[in-house]
Amino acid sequence: MAHTSILQIEEEIIEEFSMFDDWMDKYQYIIELGQSLPPLAEEHKNEDNIVHGCQSRVWLTADSVGNNVCFHADSDAIITKGLVSLLVRVLSNHEADDILNAPLNFIDEIGIREHLSPTRSNGLNAMIKKMKIYALALKAKNKR
Amino acid sequence: MKDTPIIKSFDVHKIRADFPTLHQQIHGKPLVYFDNAATSQKPKVVIEKLQEYYQETNSNVHRGIHFLSQKATDEYEITRHKVQALLNAKHLHEVIYTSGTTAGINLVAHSFGQKFVGEGDEIIVSEMEHHSNIVPWQLICELKGATLKVIPVNEAGELDMEAYKHLLSDRTKLVGIVHTSNSLGTINPVKEIIQLAHQYGAAVLVDGAQALPHAPVDVQELDCDFFVFSGHKIFGPTGTGILYGKEKWLNAMPPYMGGGDMIKVVRFDKTTYSDLPHKFEAGTPNIAGIVGLAAGIDYVNSIGYDHIGQQEAKLLAYGTQALESIPGVRIIGTAKHKTSVISFLIDDIHPYDAGTILDRLGIAIRTGHHCTQPLMAKFGLPGTMRASFAFYNTTEEIDQLVAGIYRVKKMFGKA
Repeated sequence: MAHTSILQIEEEIIEEFSMFDDWMDKYQYIIELGQSLPPLAEEHKNEDNIVHGCQSRVWLTADSVGNNVCFHADSDAIITKGLVSLLVRVLSNHEADDILNAPLNFIDEIGIREHLSPTRSNGLNAMIKKMKIYALALKAKNKR
Repeated sequence: MKDTPIIKSFDVHKIRADFPTLHQQIHGKPLVYFDNAATSQKPKVVIEKLQEYYQETNSNVHRGIHFLSQKATDEYEITRHKVQALLNAKHLHEVIYTSGTTAGINLVAHSFGQKFVGEGDEIIVSEMEHHSNIVPWQLICELKGATLKVIPVNEAGELDMEAYKHLLSDRTKLVGIVHTSNSLGTINPVKEIIQLAHQYGAAVLVDGAQALPHAPVDVQELDCDFFVFSGHKIFGPTGTGILYGKEKWLNAMPPYMGGGDMIKVVRFDKTTYSDLPHKFEAGTPNIAGIVGLAAGIDYVNSIGYDHIGQQEAKLLAYGTQALESIPGVRIIGTAKHKTSVISFLIDDIHPYDAGTILDRLGIAIRTGHHCTQPLMAKFGLPGTMRASFAFYNTTEEIDQLVAGIYRVKKMFGKA
């Protein structure tokens, strides 16, 4: 089965978002993404998995499937959840190196950079960092 | 020193013309600035004062003998007189310049705490306090082996005064209380709180950050031991603040920050300290900011608290009624005595989500826990949305907020 690369997934997302003329449609789509993302099981919404933010909370779990790192995430705010779903779609089920090197250009291309700035305090910026840390940890583990 | 004449009639559009920041578009929509509890916008006179200071006067204060340094010092010290008059402080030297409310509270917690708080002593704060009136007390309690006690808040967002009376004891050394809640808008019965604390010989620090933008404060009438506020909330520059302290306390308290200006003589075997107020004003301050703060105070005095109070009461009533009439909107903080702050929720929509959409409509409100996490935890909420009005806001802007809320409801399927 051909494995879609991170860059290909980013291209798909940029394509999807290019359909939107105005911000309302774009945010409506992000809201729909958030509403349709399957929630994390309650037992995973704990202190270990939480990514703190002032404004909204994000929970992130990671596990390895073969050589790939798989992510599951959730948030208590729907827009954050929609953005979380995009990041998981891009970064989940890839090898550690691909995750670590992912440029994540789609963030600027679809105009959601403001939501991912470190000062936004919605947990997303910290979540990306945590995803890369998980990838790094798994890479180190696999080397041993 | 209330020498500025008060305007005869209040014309909000004329006043708005004094505030340059208000006249811009955000995401292509006119700005509706409802985040005044976070910081106030600045009138032209304050902005111009800052520019004038840097262009004509800029020099270090208290340190030079040349003309500009004296001019800077004079302008810098004028603000102290204006604050003394604003607060009705008995002595000029009871007015200490700080960098803000948080700095002022930390100063008292550290300095008063060092001298007067010991093992087994108690400090009382309330459940509605801003973090800056909680954490400094936690730090000193931890250091000294003292206990922090908390006055609970009821469902309406009012202090439980009966519980407060039971918390007071002979071990209470200080009560830290917010005058006006930034999250709920509640105005607390501060005078009564002080009277009760004094029966036990406890000092009271009043966090006045949200008080002075809206109503006058008379520290002698309140009989508070300490009163703190921030310049940037009262239409002045950021990085400025005032700590008022009763002379008897400030004289007894050891210095907080050491350095230039707070000393008399420095020797390696012994250093002696300045008298008040300079004892607590180490280092080069935010001179431009303090000079600008005078212009902010003058501006408030030129409008007059009567006009301010009337306009804000009108906005609070209009805003409360408007929001209450939207299905699914719940107001958090329904105290009998409130300032022009409305915290609310829309259905079960997360404040971050709603705030993001409102931002796209040019509406600036605050979302989150407003630096009052214990209060939010008490209400079982991740946060709220907060609209906080100043005298330059209008009912038309509130109509925009209402329209925005309906838009949010539609986008989240709650129409």
